[in-house]
Amino acid sequence: MEPWVEWTIMGGRAAVAWVIPLMLIPLLVWMERKASAYIQDRTGPNRAAILGLRFGGIIHALADVVKLIFKEDITPARARPFWYNLAPIVAMTFALLTFAALPFADVLRVGGHEIPLQALRLNPGLLWMLAIGSFGVFGIVFAGWGSNSSYPLLGGIRGSAQMISYELSLGLSVVGILMIFSTIDLNEIVRAQGKLLFGFLPMWGVVVQPVAAVIFMAAALAEANRNPFDLMEADSEIVAFHLEYSSLRFALFMMTEYVHITVASGLTVTLFFGGWQIPWLTTERLTGSAGDLALAVPALLVVLGLLVLLSLVLLAPTRRWHRTLQRLYVDARRHEAKFWTVVLLLQAIGALALGAYLFLNPPGADGLAAITAALQFVSFMVKVTFFGFAFIWVRWTLPRFRYDQLMALGWKGMLPLALANVVVTGFVLLLVGK
Amino acid sequence: MKVPSPKLTFWERIYVVEIIRGLGVTMGHLLKNLFRQSEMPTVQFPEEIKPVATRHRSRHRLTVREDGTPKCVACMCCPTACPASCIHIIAQEADAPWKEKKPRVFEIDLLRCVFCGFCVEACPEDAIRMDTGEVTIVGTRREDFIVGLDFLLHGEGNAWREGRPEEKPQPGPGEPLLPPSTPEEESGRGPRQVLRPKLPSAWETVREVKP
Ligand code: SF4
Ligand code: SF4
Repeated sequence: MEPWVEWTIMGGRAAVAWVIPLMLIPLLVWMERKASAYIQDRTGPNRAAILGLRFGGIIHALADVVKLIFKEDITPARARPFWYNLAPIVAMTFALLTFAALPFADVLRVGGHEIPLQALRLNPGLLWMLAIGSFGVFGIVFAGWGSNSSYPLLGGIRGSAQMISYELSLGLSVVGILMIFSTIDLNEIVRAQGKLLFGFLPMWGVVVQPVAAVIFMAAALAEANRNPFDLMEADSEIVAFHLEYSSLRFALFMMTEYVHITVASGLTVTLFFGGWQIPWLTTERLTGSAGDLALAVPALLVVLGLLVLLSLVLLAPTRRWHRTLQRLYVDARRHEAKFWTVVLLLQAIGALALGAYLFLNPPGADGLAAITAALQFVSFMVKVTFFGFAFIWVRWTLPRFRYDQLMALGWKGMLPLALANVVVTGFVLLLVGK
Repeated sequence: MKVPSPKLTFWERIYVVEIIRGLGVTMGHLLKNLFRQSEMPTVQFPEEIKPVATRHRSRHRLTVREDGTPKCVACMCCPTACPASCIHIIAQEADAPWKEKKPRVFEIDLLRCVFCGFCVEACPEDAIRMDTGEVTIVGTRREDFIVGLDFLLHGEGNAWREGRPEEKPQPGPGEPLLPPSTPEEESGRGPRQVLRPKLPSAWETVREVKP
């Protein structure tokens, strides 16, 4: 490959790994607000509009951005400027760097080249995740120290204490996965999860290591500073570690929280829920390189067909909605249903056209590989978005732990359990003779 | 004081089962509200206007006699009763032989008003009432909230209950001054009315009625 092509591909990979978490931020913020509202029997935000179209409140993300940009940026007079300014940058940088090692599809083989579809192809990818992931707490500690104010300082101390206690369980729960898949290359771990257990069950981490999965998810919540472990952001007691921040610096902290969610759910998916694997459809079966069926095109056709079906099924409620809107409103909102009708129809037509094109021009080996990568990418994103939603869902279900309960759970509950899991896994592996 | 904490069973102590049950509860609410949005208790305010209960004390108005003149005789009972001192009246001689005075200036500062309704109780002439049903009082300056005689007499929303121009039936002897609220009104879940949002009216400030 020519060097410039290689550099472009490398840049593209980095850009994708950068854009995924950033693009998920508005979506997650929207889900957080809407889901929390519906869980609490409220309507949630629905006022911000573009040309009168409100899109169920997602425009509020834009409104937030505009608001945060134009707010006054205040640095407290007694702050320690170096740490104060460094904190949001550190938090955001490490959160984004952590995502870089996650594979979002299998290695793409086109034209005799191998393109790993992850920003950082590292052999010790898992170690990278654990190492860089725990750097994120420095943002919180710096913010607490740099603000020179008691509440943020409390938040920073709580953050570091919590990180120390939960990092242990997190690392130990991953050990079980290492023992079973005997690799720390994240892409290899995902590939290994494509195998079948007893001939029918995909060998996902959650199937072979259920206890580790539960511990890992709880610890990941703690790492992402999410409820029920958001002690450093406990609004009702100490406000937050970013109490003294305003404007875009605060926005960085807030975005970091959602990047953390993306990272945590990406890691959960990669280690325990098959990463980019589509259940029962490994890369070999999809591309047909192992003399197996080439299922990529039929799989894509099925996906497109489902898309068309979904669009057509959704048209009926949209029509009903349209009639309601016409009755209710005199402003631009009465056109919202029309807009969605057009979107649904375009989606159906696009899917049909793509399907027809694929049907008439069967792709070659490279085409199959590309389609496979696209399908795996979609699978990965669907899983990550689902777990992002799950973290939000947990937040609006559980109350916050008290500090002593948090420590007791971490040291007396999860740590022994994770250790026991390692021992039991070892014995089982010995017995199975692996 | 020592509050005994409840004993948890084993399944409650390992959290996981209870957490999953809790997740089920919240997901139930989410799905119910997602698919039955019209049953959500939220009132989408400017588009949907909840009917105000009959007994609700809303913005004041001054009533008029059959000949169109204000009923108020400038007796100064209401400014005396007002705990917020927000009624300002300047009296002038009335032209009719059967009443002594009438207001030349009658201003209420709605920003100071606490909507206690004492002025209504104090009035011997049933000249001031708080039954307009107007609860959205909008202005962009403080002066906008000082409403004068003209507005109180003929302002928007003064006809008792929007869309019902006829006068409220007077209570007969022995009847309560205000009709009891209907259960529908009390619960605030009356029939949903959907009205167009009103523009902030440019309210008159001090306006004198020419004698
Ligand atoms: S309602 Fe109360 S505060 Fe308001 S004007 Fe009447 S007496 Fe004064
Ligand atoms: S109490 Fe009634 S009659 Fe007397 S000044 Fe007030 S509104 Fe007029």
